Amino acid sequence: MMARVLPVLAVVGVLVAIWYAAAVSMNAPWSRDQAQRAGTELSRAELVTDTLSQRRPRLPAPHQVAQELWNSTWVEEVHGRRGIVNTGTLSNRSLIYHGWITLSATLLGFAFGTGLGIVIAVAIVHSRAMDLSVMPWVIASQTIPILALAPMIIVVMAAVGLTGLVPKAIISTYLSFFPVTVGMVAGLRSPGAMQFDLLRTYSASGLQAFVMLRLPASMPYLFASLKVAIAAALIGAIVGELPTGAVAGLGARLLAGSYFGQTLQIWSALFAAAILAAAMIGLVGLVQRVVLARMGFGR
Amino acid sequence: MSGARRMARAGIGGDPLSWAVLGALALAAAGTEISAGAAAPVSVYLLLMAGGLAGLARLDPRAAAPLLIAGAGAAAAALVAGLPAPGTAGLPFWAAVAGVWLLAWAGVTRLSAIARLPLAGRLVAPFVFGLTLLWLWEVCTRAGGVPSVILPPPSAIAARFVVSTHILWVDFVQTFVKGALSGYAIGCGAAIILAVAVDRSGFLKRGLLPVGNFLAALPIVGTAPIMVMWFGFDWQSKSAVVVAMVFFPMLVNTVQGLSASEAMQRDQMHTWSASYWQSLRYLRLPAALPFIFNGLKICTTLALIGAIVAEFFGSPTRGMGFRISTEVGRLALDMVWAEITVAALAGSAFYGVVAAVERWATFWHPSQRPR
Repeated sequence: MMARVLPVLAVVGVLVAIWYAAAVSMNAPWSRDQAQRAGTELSRAELVTDTLSQRRPRLPAPHQVAQELWNSTWVEEVHGRRGIVNTGTLSNRSLIYHGWITLSATLLGFAFGTGLGIVIAVAIVHSRAMDLSVMPWVIASQTIPILALAPMIIVVMAAVGLTGLVPKAIISTYLSFFPVTVGMVAGLRSPGAMQFDLLRTYSASGLQAFVMLRLPASMPYLFASLKVAIAAALIGAIVGELPTGAVAGLGARLLAGSYFGQTLQIWSALFAAAILAAAMIGLVGLVQRVVLARMGFGR
Repeated sequence: MSGARRMARAGIGGDPLSWAVLGALALAAAGTEISAGAAAPVSVYLLLMAGGLAGLARLDPRAAAPLLIAGAGAAAAALVAGLPAPGTAGLPFWAAVAGVWLLAWAGVTRLSAIARLPLAGRLVAPFVFGLTLLWLWEVCTRAGGVPSVILPPPSAIAARFVVSTHILWVDFVQTFVKGALSGYAIGCGAAIILAVAVDRSGFLKRGLLPVGNFLAALPIVGTAPIMVMWFGFDWQSKSAVVVAMVFFPMLVNTVQGLSASEAMQRDQMHTWSASYWQSLRYLRLPAALPFIFNGLKICTTLALIGAIVAEFFGSPTRGMGFRISTEVGRLALDMVWAEITVAALAGSAFYGVVAAVERWATFWHPSQRPR
């Protein structure tokens, strides 16, 4: 256990140290400038403390980002005037509110994308015509920067009268269904000819072969692609929030922060997105471990 | 397999798709009585009739597939040539559209029933599928009277593409050549160098792999506003976003690849008293190449996405992402689609080039051997 955790901790420690050093050196010019205007001279210790506590630093220090994350979640909701404790609804300045908006679009799109991906994969595996004509396009579409479509989908949907959750979920859907399709096709085809022959000697029907052999065999592949898909779905939801003009969601926080030069807001939104991604991938990984263990994989 | 059984498997005789084509024709005939809307040209119905009957005939798939596909193509062309005015199309017209689609699908089904299809034949199926989608898009938007601010027909997009090649070229150079390619080269190069450096220490490797895997899964494209703040509006900030996006997937793949050589092979190098650099040059780097190319291929798409999305946060008045976001605002969707076409072509070509280099460099690997 220790042998596995220690190297990771060491690498993370080095990264944080580099971050602090970068924060000091990137914020120093502004501190010196301010000191010069005030007509004072900064000692080295004063310079370091000043660079790590600016209100709008070029690069906020890790503890500032952590502080901002804490302020815009717990403090805002529990003590804030618009927080959930005082008003009963989530504050529109808190990252919980914005994170939830992004998360709901992500999950909806992920569910659609997974369903669609599995259906297409089943069709591809069972119809040679589908396999010949659709599969090359599924693979080719992986090489296309589909995210470029996002602004258009949002605006066109708004023109038709659809706003809010659904357009973002559509972007998440098409980002997440490609990995699921590719993974499921590989998984449904993974059983060997010998296993199919065995089922044939039992005179199993096509449906039985699908339910008893293909579907269980595809589970490891499915979970591997689900992890990719949910990360892609989150990116889709965040990018889908950019063209709406910074209304709500983590993407909107990023955009608003970049408009007004609020670096702390950008970094806290970025870390909220990272935590969200890590939590969702971790959750999928947990389900994967439980399901695969119960199905008898890896024994 | 005997000829008769092969035919039975292809469903010839009771082929449901051919019956569906004839059913669409019957619907069209009935539709002239029910709805007053415009119909398709007569030639379309004649071609559908011929195609449907040919599909029912007991033909060898080798003969039936080209016949049906050619028939569907001719019917599709005749239908586009005689499109009714927007919004006037009636049931007979839409029945003909469905019939042409079913006929094309019947042709592809025959094609897929041919045993041991040559490569050229394999390419026909996706080609027909793509063309059918484009054709459906064209017919539905034009005959259905879909406003071009919602979905312009492919012909309008192609026309816009042709007249604005100079703008598209400027955007392509700004986003792809300056932003994506430079970031791709820097990010992948740095990741490979760091991976080689880290590879000497098992401790660092064990620490870096989980952290790198974790960071590779995060929405790094969100760093775009920060990079724009640091490096300005021009391509340097796009390049920086691309570096951040491609670095970790590349690092993880290379580190994994460098440990891909087997212990026996490393021992062999040791018995030849090969130096560290010699074993790197002759054993571990070549063994890592399949992994490295896997990373390089993943990163082609990431690079283009990073460069385009970063432009949504601010850019000079050129670039693919800039053009997409501003033209969407002006509702000039044909220009947006033209730009997306460029992005798709650039992405596929980039991927294709890397895949071709991979085939050249790792010709010895099992995945590259001809099957």
